[in-house]
Amino acid sequence: MIKKLLSDYGMIFVLLGLCLLFSVLTLKEQPGEPARAAAELVERIDKEFRKTDIILVVGAINKESAPFAEKLGQALKGRGFDNCRVVVGTPIDMRLALDDFKSKGDKLTAIGTSGDVTKWRVIDLIPEKYPEFSGCKVLVPQSRVWPDFLKQSNLLAIVDRIVVIAVIAIGMTMVIITAGIDLSVGSLIALSAVISTLLMKKMGGLEAPGWVVLIGFLAGILCCGIVGGLGGFIVARFKVAPFITTLAIMMMARGLAFLITGGFSIYQVPKSLPWLGQGRSLGIPNTVILLIVLYLAAHIFMSHTRLGRYIYAVGGNTEAARLSGVPVSFVIIFVYIISSLAAGLGGCIQASQINTGTPNMGVMFELYVIAAVVVGGTSLSGGSGRVMGTLIGAFIISVIQNGMNLLGIESYTQQVVLGAVILGAVLLDKARTSGGLLAIIKKKHN
Amino acid sequence: MRGIDKSFPGVHALKNISLELDKGEALALVGENGAGKSTLIKVLGGVHLPEAGDILIDGNDPQIQSPTSAQHAGVSIIYQEFNLVAQLTARENIFLGREKTKGGFIDAAEEHRQSLDLFKKLGIDIDPNTRCSELTVAQQQTVEIAKALSVNAKIIIMDEPTAALTTQEVENLFTIIKDLKSQGIGIIYITHRLDEIFDVAERVMVLRDGQHVGTLDINDVTRDKLIEMMVGRPIESEFPKRDTAPGPERLRVENLNRGKVVRNVSFSMSAGEVLGFAGLAGAGRTETMRIIFGADESDSGKIFINGSEADIHNPRDAIRNRICLLTEDRKGQGLILIHSVLDNFTLPNLDRFVRGGFLDHRKERKTFDGYVESLKIKISSYEQLAMNLSGGNQQKLVLAKWLARNAEIIIFDEPTRGIDVGAKYEIYLLMNRLAAQGKAIIMISSELPEILGMSDRIIVMHEGRIKGEITDVAGATQENILAMAIN
Repeated sequence: MIKKLLSDYGMIFVLLGLCLLFSVLTLKEQPGEPARAAAELVERIDKEFRKTDIILVVGAINKESAPFAEKLGQALKGRGFDNCRVVVGTPIDMRLALDDFKSKGDKLTAIGTSGDVTKWRVIDLIPEKYPEFSGCKVLVPQSRVWPDFLKQSNLLAIVDRIVVIAVIAIGMTMVIITAGIDLSVGSLIALSAVISTLLMKKMGGLEAPGWVVLIGFLAGILCCGIVGGLGGFIVARFKVAPFITTLAIMMMARGLAFLITGGFSIYQVPKSLPWLGQGRSLGIPNTVILLIVLYLAAHIFMSHTRLGRYIYAVGGNTEAARLSGVPVSFVIIFVYIISSLAAGLGGCIQASQINTGTPNMGVMFELYVIAAVVVGGTSLSGGSGRVMGTLIGAFIISVIQNGMNLLGIESYTQQVVLGAVILGAVLLDKARTSGGLLAIIKKKHN
Repeated sequence: MRGIDKSFPGVHALKNISLELDKGEALALVGENGAGKSTLIKVLGGVHLPEAGDILIDGNDPQIQSPTSAQHAGVSIIYQEFNLVAQLTARENIFLGREKTKGGFIDAAEEHRQSLDLFKKLGIDIDPNTRCSELTVAQQQTVEIAKALSVNAKIIIMDEPTAALTTQEVENLFTIIKDLKSQGIGIIYITHRLDEIFDVAERVMVLRDGQHVGTLDINDVTRDKLIEMMVGRPIESEFPKRDTAPGPERLRVENLNRGKVVRNVSFSMSAGEVLGFAGLAGAGRTETMRIIFGADESDSGKIFINGSEADIHNPRDAIRNRICLLTEDRKGQGLILIHSVLDNFTLPNLDRFVRGGFLDHRKERKTFDGYVESLKIKISSYEQLAMNLSGGNQQKLVLAKWLARNAEIIIFDEPTRGIDVGAKYEIYLLMNRLAAQGKAIIMISSELPEILGMSDRIIVMHEGRIKGEITDVAGATQENILAMAIN
């Protein structure tokens, strides 16, 4: 069982390895989450100080420090520390507060703050500039060592970044398993986004209700499905190479997207458009829910239904499949429809993420999608591959990009590294299936 | 070759094998599939490196490390699946990798002249500028032989050279082999067709389970003796007896036409009957069966099943009418080699295993188990890939998937091609069992003894037409069939 899992999803180790690598590389002292940190500090202050002591709470203007300072201030006042004062701002604001204490002749006993503020020079200079406050204590909540990479916000960013590619890669996996390829998906992202946002604009624009968004999405996805069905029909019936067929569709779809909008972006979209790509349900981002649902459905479809099995059979040996009674043409048309529907959905997600529809969305996405599928262990020669492998492949790509962003590697280098990693991952997979890299190198080729 | 030993993970493929080949001699190498014949020649050809033993050619060790070094040492292998590039011409193939050049450019004229020389030497007439894809199988084979001669081969190894040849072409090949021998070239000849050995070889070497069973002078051995050595036990008869009375009409074909390959073919057959189709390659037998199975469309003609006309346009229609076809090309058309044996078995039967829209994997396995047992298919697990089965087991797997479909009309196209003697017998037994169950069985075969040994009735085809029918099979001879098949 485990052995089979390993052979099916060996790439998961590459993914875990990458996560580990980036976790180690981005290891850093982190202030705790604002509410928890504030609560902890309140307890300490409550124990150490009297309610009459003068306490200054300082926060910098950023996402962690400011809410922390505010929560701390509220909590202290709630406990009866009436002489506590909250300052959220820049070092100058803190200086002003200190000057104010000094002029009033108040004796500052403690400063409660967190993270970034402790690095302000004004704190270091207190004994020198404000000798009367030299006895005051600087209280900081306990920090913990934790990688930037594993912060919840970052993990969600990884999903956000890959969701479009991952959704489309479901359809691409099916196409590639039939030994085909679909180059049109990148352009279909744009076509779908443009059609759906344009429809939303026409049906009321900014003030349109939620169901208009749904209609827009469905229209965009459906149009892509029709285009895909046409492509599949050409591939199945006229035996035109999928590469060429979808290359042509790629050009036409991109051109259409520009034609429809006259080259402009569509901004007058309903307020509920971002729900899909940025919203949450039950506290979980909708994109995460969507990914889980789609991948589970696709996995069950591919391994537990008749049509799923047919897809593998067509890719494994088209003629043998046909002679076994598999409706080959139907299967081929079906996978291209699924692939373009997925691309259409991907376009909707992206439109929702950036809150607009633009005809130059999704450029080069087909290549990232194909890379995700191949890194996920699906063979371009058809007949084998796993949907869940593709999900792993997509995450490998996203994790690499995200990790490099965290490390501050600029985007040109990122491209080089990403390309190299894709190559490395595929080589690794080849090595695993054919008994070690050494065995391949040793093998004589003539 | 002395004391050759070679193992693969889990298999000891060759156990201390020694082989001697004289100048100008043909040595036949026989044995069941998996006996080690292919491994042995691949060792000689530099494809596999042996763990022990050495190879001497003309008394020297040529240090064979790779196919290239084997070629330099004068060893050429002609594989069953030729190593020709279909899109290139005969000339280009002969000189592929060793192109004659003049000033950096290919000297086509010189290559052309040398090709013609080679073809003349072989007594054949092929235009060196013909693309290999346009040559017949036999012609491609001679191109391979010409290629071997052009590298000054001292030893030519032929792996099943006659498998895809017609009787006439086999005759030609034998003449060429005689010619090669007279030029001092040693031939190692691998075949499943034991009759040929007596025409070609001076000596015969038998392998079984990677062991050398014996090497005998061809005059000291009989066909039965050879089979006994290969199988390891005496076989009473090559073709098992069958005692079934044909039932009502099951299949009738009327005036089937397809271009020039199938012309006005009409025949009928009954339940429980084994109907043999004889003829040369290209006589239209396979093409006729492909129409009946819906793999190709006919131009005109009618097909009746159990007396009523059937509308068959594709394999799905045929399968619905309980017709199945076991293609000649098992690997290319019968099985999905990169998929598991279980997946191959269930492919045409998936509708039987669907419950509530999802596949019932347990039922798939259970059904498969039944057929594995009744057909005695040797598999190591459900996940074993079809490509890793022996020819006989592949054939049984294809048969199993159709039997599970409840086929009533079973068309075997060359059912025992590439299958070893022991497994052949099992296939024959299975055919008899199916006939006894009332299935109608059509058997296309190019092996005349098989046709004569297994059929209730024989139809002979020639150039797309039915040339004649033999109803008294017991009284017929190979010559009777050949006479009809040739003209």
